[in-house]
Amino acid sequence: MIETKRPKLEFLSQALVEKIVDEGLALLEKQGIFVENEAALKLLAAAEAPAARDTQRVRLGRKLVLDCLSSTPPSITMYDRSGDKSYFVGGDQIHFDPGSAAVSLLDHNTQEERKAGTADLVDFYRLVETLEHINFHSTGLISADVPPVIADCYRLYLGLLYGSKPFVTGTFRVESFKPMKEFLVAVRGGEEELARKPLAIFDACPSPPLKWSNLTTQSLIDSARAGIPSELISMGMTGATSLATITGTLVQHVAENLCGLVICQLAKRGAPVIFGGSPSSFDMRKGTTPMGAIETMMIDSAYAQIGKHLKLPTHAYMALSDSKVNDAQSGIETALGAALAALSGINVISGPGMLDFESTQSLEKLVIDNEICGMAYRLVAGIAQRDEPIALDKFEGFKPDFQFLTLPHTRQWYRKEHILPVLMDRDPYEAWVMAGRKTTLDKAHKDVEDRLGKYALPPLPDPIRKELDKIMTGYARSQGVQGLPKRDD
Amino acid sequence: MNKDDLFREMKKAIVDGDGPAAGRLAGEAVRSGLDLLEVIDKGYVPGIHEVGELWEKGDYFLPELISSAEAMKSAMAVIEPELERARLHARTGGKVVIGTVEGDIHDIGKNLVAAMLQAGGFEVFDLGADVKLERFIEKAESVGADFICLSALLTTTMINQKRFVALLKEKNLRDRFKVLVGGAPASHRWAEEVGADGYAENAVAAVKLAKRLSPGRS
Repeated sequence: MIETKRPKLEFLSQALVEKIVDEGLALLEKQGIFVENEAALKLLAAAEAPAARDTQRVRLGRKLVLDCLSSTPPSITMYDRSGDKSYFVGGDQIHFDPGSAAVSLLDHNTQEERKAGTADLVDFYRLVETLEHINFHSTGLISADVPPVIADCYRLYLGLLYGSKPFVTGTFRVESFKPMKEFLVAVRGGEEELARKPLAIFDACPSPPLKWSNLTTQSLIDSARAGIPSELISMGMTGATSLATITGTLVQHVAENLCGLVICQLAKRGAPVIFGGSPSSFDMRKGTTPMGAIETMMIDSAYAQIGKHLKLPTHAYMALSDSKVNDAQSGIETALGAALAALSGINVISGPGMLDFESTQSLEKLVIDNEICGMAYRLVAGIAQRDEPIALDKFEGFKPDFQFLTLPHTRQWYRKEHILPVLMDRDPYEAWVMAGRKTTLDKAHKDVEDRLGKYALPPLPDPIRKELDKIMTGYARSQGVQGLPKRDD
Repeated sequence: MNKDDLFREMKKAIVDGDGPAAGRLAGEAVRSGLDLLEVIDKGYVPGIHEVGELWEKGDYFLPELISSAEAMKSAMAVIEPELERARLHARTGGKVVIGTVEGDIHDIGKNLVAAMLQAGGFEVFDLGADVKLERFIEKAESVGADFICLSALLTTTMINQKRFVALLKEKNLRDRFKVLVGGAPASHRWAEEVGADGYAENAVAAVKLAKRLSPGRS
């Protein structure tokens, strides 16, 4: 059998990859980068990269960066809540997770964006739990019925109660790291166990151009020491917070992410790091950051290629849309992003469910996108030689009335070679009319209801549940928040 | 160069977003002893008007807009000290205190609005990003501002726009200043809800809004 080729997309020539990395390293060395965190500045100073006097500007030598790169693991294995199921994050493996930290929910009935509450978050996690092609949860929605001071912590708490897949999350405040880590430790039963079997990835975003804020730097340090993977989310906006050229934005991306990586490695050698991002093609007319722009996707694919060259796991915000509702635009941008991300072999692809510049989640979009992700997995599985010979022997005794449908070979292979969509319409016209002229959105809404009806709470031992409750209520109280919203389960 | 040619060149420098030319032409006007108020009104202001029109037609995008506003700044940097020396004042639409509210570090949109307001003849005091609400009031009181403009990009920080109006009321200062709100999550409806005096969806619209509400407007 001839080996199956994995279809692969690479925008950059090897020479261009090397040039971009070289300029990124030179930028860190010559211009330096701002690090607004005392603990990190101390770590850097100890590594012979002291901040310039009276500033937080640090120049990182090439040798230090390369040394830190060499101590960063090329892959990470994530584990689900039970600790039994593992997910390899590396190579060209892909995993989709919902786009994260939406501040609104697209209400199906009104088709308007509105604030989400606890019940919405619970439905969101329940639904994602049922989606076959979405491997990771993300704390993708913010609950407005708790005060902002505990909002980051609260969304992970609810997620761990209702979902069993690994999580992509992050902190909004320095103080939140502690309780969020405590949740994860409680689930695993110990700090070492958590470091051995990571359950959540923490996102940390530099502030373009060339700056790491106090909050995100602290998240890098805390995560590294806890063995929690940090996802570095550089996010240049072409012509607004980075150069207008794609290659120029890539140079800055490399510099910002590598500075994050160095901080992680100095905090703890061997700390897991993911080379991610959320850059965008800045819209010069509207002043917005379209995630569905084709150039945004090109930047994503290209920095992922660079991440692979640096032998790091990769991440991108793709398979999402800037449309405000589930319409043609949302389908186009999401499907294009999912396909390009999958072909680029990006390990963690955050996007499904997301609309309106990473600000709004839609349950209907999640199930539509789940189907798109299924197509993406099929796409990268490629075209395999299934038989030897491929066809010649099947045509033995060929006659004009030869039947393919009844061939044992058909039964053997058709389900493996072809996926059957649930939401995409393949009815003949009359049948479609008879069935009530349903649109994708109509079907998606019904699918959401069916899935939520079928959802079964994945088992979580009672002591762990109680421990999670205890950490959450304790932290809420410490922040002056008495009582959390009631849930009806 | 005669006066009309000079004015034409000034307008062109603004439309082209050519800061060095705008500054150089202002210097020429000063040396020739021209009426500097006329220079502003007939030389530079028509340029910024045309830029606004080009923006609204969809010919100009943000880079052109901001470059023109910066060119206007270069010209005024030359002209203003001369006016002061002559104890003259450029006609102003009013004084504006502007900033991004506390908790929010996004300032691209705010910078654009500040630049366009300044180019549009307002005296602008830009407090930067992540500005404490009390600081807006202190500054507005000390400079005798007409407008306070609050920017917010995050839905988690836009609430500070609402808190700000409440704070003004608490201090019995609500009627002293016109409060304008902006930023991605804001809207006309939001402005109404928080009790602000107005909302604009982009920098050009913000200048129009401020001119409409300007105290000097007859």
